[in-house]
Amino acid sequence: MIKNPKLWLFFGFFAFFGVILPWIGAEQLDLGAVWGGCWGNVTPDSRIFFQMRLPRVWMGLWAGGVLAMAGAALQVVFRNPLAEPWTLGMAGGASLGAFAARMCPALWWAAGPLNTSQALALLGAGGALSLVLAVARRQGGGGQILLLAGVTVGVISGGAIMAASGLVSPDKLAGFHRWLLGGLDAADWRALGAMMVITAPGAGILAALAGEYNPLGLGEAMAAGQGVEVARVRRWTAIGAGLASAGVAAVAGPIGFVGLLAPHAVRRWTGPDMRLVLPASFLAGGILLAVCDAAGRWAAAPLEMPVGALTALLGGPLFLWLLAKGK
Amino acid sequence: MSGAGQLELQSVRFGHEPGGWELRIPSLTLGGEGMCGIAGPNGSGKSTLLELAAGLRRPDSGAVRLDGRSLAGMGRKAVARRLGYLPQECPALFDYTVEQVAAMGRHAHGGRLTPDAPGDIAAVSRALDAVRMESFRRRRLSQLSGGERRRAWLASALAQEPGLLLLDEPTQALDLHHAAAVMEALARKAADGLRIVVALHDLNLAALYCDRLILLQDGQVAADGPPDEVLSSGRLEALFGRHVEVVRHPDTQKPVILAKK
Repeated sequence: MIKNPKLWLFFGFFAFFGVILPWIGAEQLDLGAVWGGCWGNVTPDSRIFFQMRLPRVWMGLWAGGVLAMAGAALQVVFRNPLAEPWTLGMAGGASLGAFAARMCPALWWAAGPLNTSQALALLGAGGALSLVLAVARRQGGGGQILLLAGVTVGVISGGAIMAASGLVSPDKLAGFHRWLLGGLDAADWRALGAMMVITAPGAGILAALAGEYNPLGLGEAMAAGQGVEVARVRRWTAIGAGLASAGVAAVAGPIGFVGLLAPHAVRRWTGPDMRLVLPASFLAGGILLAVCDAAGRWAAAPLEMPVGALTALLGGPLFLWLLAKGK
Repeated sequence: MSGAGQLELQSVRFGHEPGGWELRIPSLTLGGEGMCGIAGPNGSGKSTLLELAAGLRRPDSGAVRLDGRSLAGMGRKAVARRLGYLPQECPALFDYTVEQVAAMGRHAHGGRLTPDAPGDIAAVSRALDAVRMESFRRRRLSQLSGGERRRAWLASALAQEPGLLLLDEPTQALDLHHAAAVMEALARKAADGLRIVVALHDLNLAALYCDRLILLQDGQVAADGPPDEVLSSGRLEALFGRHVEVVRHPDTQKPVILAKK
């Protein structure tokens, strides 16, 4: 299925980090104790490994992956190399929705892995993108207005979360930072399942469109002439990226810049072919987020740095540099 | 060449902008043998007519039919296998190679950005050969001159191998040499049986290369026929609102349009 050797290389690293990173953290884990845990001999070490570290690392791999795919697709469809879920305001809008569902008991409802935080996150992501596109369209359709509007919508969402959190009782605010900067501290198997149930269809939609993205690289008119249903591709990309950012934000908040860092790094290796860029971005984005999260857990142990802070510290400068380059 | 590619526009109306002119085409058939030019003053509707013909815009009323089927009811890929369209500008998002640009034209045939199927490889080679860019295959768009870039775009449209190709000012902003190179490439493809409709700014290029010339004025067909008949000084003066002299080319006897002070 995977013919390209570069993809195998990315996949090798992806699998490697999926196995190695759970061993990194505040507690030093004993290999034997964890191994015993596989065979029913539950120890504190095996509990930490299987119930906390493993789902968290895998959530990092998955969340980073789908955010990176969303970024790569949004960049082509909106013809802006700086577009990604956070810079278009989708991550912020989704987080505001998810936050509202969690902080307001009247809005909370759950059934299996599905709950209202995902629904409101989806609503938030869709609303944010629609608002950003409407503003950009009034200003002639594109370019940096799109980003200006997107980042502003993200800031407004963060402000709303901040303001609302002042009304919430302090004991509920334990996991509050996550909604401002994005973090994987809520990771367990249930949360990973809840994330995948929303993001997997989104990633599937984007992967299915991979071939349609290439002709769009020479403009919408050319792509339409070459057989791309441009309006349909735009619509489904918005839906796929919306599902991806909402599913991640509902669990982990607005993690920014993964969708910028991973595709830009990946294209240096793969070139612009979206059939390669999308899967490679998934693998690279996953590695990036999982490694950043592990670094955040390890560097200040036993305290934690939210992973969103680290991705912002890495991605923000890249964003500025690309903005300065004018591309 | 795959597909036939006979385009019929019937009672097509399209309001460009409120308060502006309206494109009105009672009946027009495109896609005869050879090269058909579309000329007219700025804003006369050349681009709009091509976009309607290519199915990028839907007419407010009337129908555009491709080989008897309404464009509105066809999928873009099915259209693209019969009908090619090259817009005025193809702004590149990434720094593609010339080969990748040409390979994009294979999209409707299921081709990839790095052509791997024998049919795609052959079509890309034929297209690059037709625009004389075989040796530029590995070059990137950022390394090309404006004229070379336009030829790369043209290769993309040719690699699509439609029956009928619509081009919107493929010689725009090109010097004499590069404009001629583009028109020569089109003329060779026309001689091979590709039907071509090309919007042109330069009436002399149109006179030199086209077998049929359609003149547009304010969204309507002002004249339609062989360039020899269409390009009279009286008609051009009415069209462009200034004095022109039409003389004969000493070698080809084709009309040559000269501006007068």
